[in-house]
Amino acid sequence: MSRTAALRDWLVADTPASRRQARLGRVYLQWLTFRRNWLAVAGLAVSLLLTIVAIAAPLLATHDPAVQNLDIRLRPPDAAHWFGTDELGRDIYSRIVYGTRITLGMVVAVVILVAPFGLVVGCAAGYIGGWFDRIVMRITDIFMAFPRLILALAFVAALGPGIENGVIAIALTAWPAYARLSRAETLAIRGSDFIAAARLQGASTARLIFGHVAPLCLSSVIVRVTLDMSGIILTAAGLGFLGLGATPPSPEWGAMISTGRRFILEQWWVATMPGIAIFVASLGFNLLGDGLRDVLDPKQT
Amino acid sequence: MIRRRTFASSLLAAPAIWPLRDALAQTPRDTLVMAAQLDDIISLDPHESFEFKGNETTTNIYEKLLTTHNTAPDKIVGELAESWEASPDSLTHTFRLKAGRKFASGNPITAQDAEYSLRRAVTLNKTPAFILTQFGLNGQNASQMIRATDARTLVITIGEPISPSFFYYCLSANVGAIVDSKVVEANKQGDDWGNGWLKTHSAGSGPYVLRAWRASETVTLEANPNYPGQVRSRRVVTRHVAEPASQLLLLQRGDVDMARNLGPDQLKSLASDSAYKIQRSRKAAVIYMCMNQRHPELAKPKVREALKFAIDYDAIQRNIVSTTYDVHQAFLPLGFLGAIDDKPFRFDPARAKALLAEAGLPNGFSVTLDYSHIQPWSDIAQAIQATFAQVGVKLTLQPGEQRQVITRMRARQHEMLMLYWSPDYMDPHSNTEAFVSNPDNSDNARAKTLAWRNSWSVPELNAKVAAAVRERDAEKRAEMYIELQREHQRTSPFMILLQAIEVAAMRATVSGLDIGPINDRIYYRETTKT
Amino acid sequence: MHRARLASFGGWLVTLPLTLLGLLLVTFLIGRVIPIDPVIAIVGDRAPADVYERVRLELGLDRPLYEQFFRYCSAILSGNFGRSVMTSRPVLEDISRFFPATLELATIATILGVAAGVPTGVLAAVRQGSKIDQVIRFLTLIGHSVPIFVLGLVGLLVFYAKLQLVPGPGRINVAFDDIVTPVTGMLLIDSAMQGEWEVFRDAVGHILLPAGVLAYFSLAYIARMTRAFMLEQLRQEYITTARVKGMSEMRVVWRHAFGNIAVPLVTVIALSYAGLLEGAVLTETIFSWPGLGQYLTVSLLNADMNAVLGATLVVGTVYLGLNLACDLIYRLVDPRTR
Repeated sequence: MSRTAALRDWLVADTPASRRQARLGRVYLQWLTFRRNWLAVAGLAVSLLLTIVAIAAPLLATHDPAVQNLDIRLRPPDAAHWFGTDELGRDIYSRIVYGTRITLGMVVAVVILVAPFGLVVGCAAGYIGGWFDRIVMRITDIFMAFPRLILALAFVAALGPGIENGVIAIALTAWPAYARLSRAETLAIRGSDFIAAARLQGASTARLIFGHVAPLCLSSVIVRVTLDMSGIILTAAGLGFLGLGATPPSPEWGAMISTGRRFILEQWWVATMPGIAIFVASLGFNLLGDGLRDVLDPKQT
Repeated sequence: MIRRRTFASSLLAAPAIWPLRDALAQTPRDTLVMAAQLDDIISLDPHESFEFKGNETTTNIYEKLLTTHNTAPDKIVGELAESWEASPDSLTHTFRLKAGRKFASGNPITAQDAEYSLRRAVTLNKTPAFILTQFGLNGQNASQMIRATDARTLVITIGEPISPSFFYYCLSANVGAIVDSKVVEANKQGDDWGNGWLKTHSAGSGPYVLRAWRASETVTLEANPNYPGQVRSRRVVTRHVAEPASQLLLLQRGDVDMARNLGPDQLKSLASDSAYKIQRSRKAAVIYMCMNQRHPELAKPKVREALKFAIDYDAIQRNIVSTTYDVHQAFLPLGFLGAIDDKPFRFDPARAKALLAEAGLPNGFSVTLDYSHIQPWSDIAQAIQATFAQVGVKLTLQPGEQRQVITRMRARQHEMLMLYWSPDYMDPHSNTEAFVSNPDNSDNARAKTLAWRNSWSVPELNAKVAAAVRERDAEKRAEMYIELQREHQRTSPFMILLQAIEVAAMRATVSGLDIGPINDRIYYRETTKT
Repeated sequence: MHRARLASFGGWLVTLPLTLLGLLLVTFLIGRVIPIDPVIAIVGDRAPADVYERVRLELGLDRPLYEQFFRYCSAILSGNFGRSVMTSRPVLEDISRFFPATLELATIATILGVAAGVPTGVLAAVRQGSKIDQVIRFLTLIGHSVPIFVLGLVGLLVFYAKLQLVPGPGRINVAFDDIVTPVTGMLLIDSAMQGEWEVFRDAVGHILLPAGVLAYFSLAYIARMTRAFMLEQLRQEYITTARVKGMSEMRVVWRHAFGNIAVPLVTVIALSYAGLLEGAVLTETIFSWPGLGQYLTVSLLNADMNAVLGATLVVGTVYLGLNLACDLIYRLVDPRTR
């Protein structure tokens, strides 16, 4: 009890003794702000829950998600099959549980591909300016002038279906937004005194971009990433819905809706359950992102 | 409190006074409205169109010299021709046209129109032209080979002696349609034989004229005032509705009279309702799987045989396509001359495993399957994936757009592949040639038959195909096809899975749709609503 | 200042065509990479070798890629967009039919979205932290989280299948087909102009549900952005000053704060409008709406490259044009931007 109180005092100390204490103290204060927003906490809870489900899928699933039993196809939810069975007699609950892995996996993969790339390209464009900036911005224009889903569709059609190709396709459509965001942030801080000071000290352009500019853009990129996660989930589901996402029999949620919509009048659960899953996951990330923005980026609230 | 109640009651009353839901919950009496998938239509020129819905549309607009009735599909009857005869050497065929018939434009139908039409078909040389050019007709010789000798007599000379009934079946395909030469000539541009215009207009003599075709939206047909027979539905509108579930909704809400692409699960929900009826009719189309012989494992005869025993045909039929397909395992669909109903294969994992072991693959192997990502292929592919796994064969699914799948097959890049096949005309030669014949297995072969696409070429079988098409005795010919099918079942790299059933679900008040075994034998003329 | 503005406008005039050219190039390359044989789309699967070969040569597929691209671009410059394989009509004619359908849907959706989204956003900002704010934030977040195809399916199920309040998928009842002569291509306008009120009513009924679904998404976006902009303004000193001076709250909020966010808000609305104009593929699929998004998708998956390139050009021009317009508004109104 007293130890936690002491820790708290250390964290909120007015005069932090070290850099580390100051940094941790700031994070703690941000956490206090975040905690007050119950919607954001709910979002965090949902996101954590999804991660746990994804990791522990084999423990949580009641059936093998790929095993078919054509004799019990399209059964309504009951004690044995909590969310019912699909058109090939597979357990929908277990498929949704395993589908969490696919969805989160795609989201993480896209973010890992896109965020650093967009960040660096945007910062470089904003900092270097001139022709480089113009060319990069025209390229982002070209990519953004396409409807996102259609562009992803085109890439998937060219690359062939499959989760990996879906990730690449979504990443190709997602990076321009990050580049633009980082560029805008960079433009705002490019002229600031500490950058000028660093430059006077002889820091190289690369060092300036990576060491000084990029870190400052990071918080808005993080906010953007969290808010974008739901966008990625929805695009992936849209690809699956149009039949070009994950290949069967992998339990991708969008593909599950796509096959289930045939039965939507009589066997509502086949399409509804994955629909709810997509909704919950995407709402979770949105709430989390919204909360994070309040904390990390107060001027945008 | 009072305010709230009024609000609530007005909400309840809303459906009654809601202005947007139309009073026209029913379609007009003399108009038949269908929901169907018609995004495959790319032309309504009968000498060019070769897609399912395109053929169905043009067959209601144009007439041929000869046709078959759906009540007796193996009997050739005259449509525009009154009589016809073959010379003793089967090379010269003379047709006498019916008197007094007119096109929709009012122009009389003459032998010159017939001459013009058939010359047009072979000279334009669009996709379906091969049905006529296989008899040695082409753009260069058409003016000598196809001649009108007077206003009612047409004489066609063909290149080689072939079973006359085969030639007549081919003339009864849509590419044999007779068009109004005056109207078409009036609309030609350069040397296009009016093709650009006829893609989206009509110039025929059938029961209907084309009023409008809006790609992927609607096809609207209107009764031809000059058609001699009765045309009960004066207007037939087909709406493109991609989703079977949406088609069902539209049918149940009375927005359409008929839905053409319902799946088994939608049909089940209609079956118990007396407000609807379901018309089913066997179709001459099959779903097949093939194994590319360039794949080292698939080239082994034992492996091919093993995989034929690794598919649960009955479970697939019963659970996935119960009302829309029947199990069928021969390349000639039932209803064709010589078609057999043998079903030598059933799911037998032990036998399949034993055969794989004999082939030196006791632990199975991995192979890919390309197929079109729409239903029911997607479900069937997954069911096969599951039974293959039981015998140790790891099947990787590669769904794609249909044209993408076809592109892969034509480039011989696939390993296994599943697709739909429907014959080009009502003669057994169409399927036999496709599934068996492959005289030139080189990469730039002229004929890219299904056998070629799987690099499967057996010289003796090629010879048998050629012999069967020349046989003039129908009974002997049928025997030859039966033998070919049995041999094909045993050794070929094809497994025929299912034969299609054309299903139309309609309101109980609708009757008279005439469905035949191929798309150019589906007639709207007798359809009525009471 | 004025000269700088003109110069940047001139810069746009140069970069706009360049960007469009890049857009075409990307589309063209995608089309060539897609493993679908465009010849098959035209002649089908059964055509004999000579027919196949003839069409391949007609399409110029035997020539090097750069030459194909160059030929296409020079044809476009002379106004020839080619013919679509899928519809066998000139691409321009197709676009003039599909684009108005999308335009109509997007415009109605945007009008609904703005009419509901802006007041909602302002309300949420004024009552920041209250129950109402929480509810609005939650509802708009839902709008960002539901897959649009799920909402569309549910909408059809509830309002069409169960309650029968609206007509089903499609743009118009077939009985009304061909009654109205297309002038603008937008059924609502054409039917009203020609006094065909029955048709008008039917068209309104058909557009209501898809436009409503799209409007919800645009509402969610617009309301969130309005709230954010308003909060930023309400925190400013001049607002406090105005309040201290005793100005009425209505006046403070609408005249002062809202007046200042008008420009960024217009940008937000324009971008959301552009998004809808690019064709809401999924909505169009579910509601059988013959719009540009569906046209583009179907053409793409059938390797109908003339149609894809033509539609892409339109979509790109719309997007870049609206962007340019926003940029100009910004520059004209707010000199700080440069």
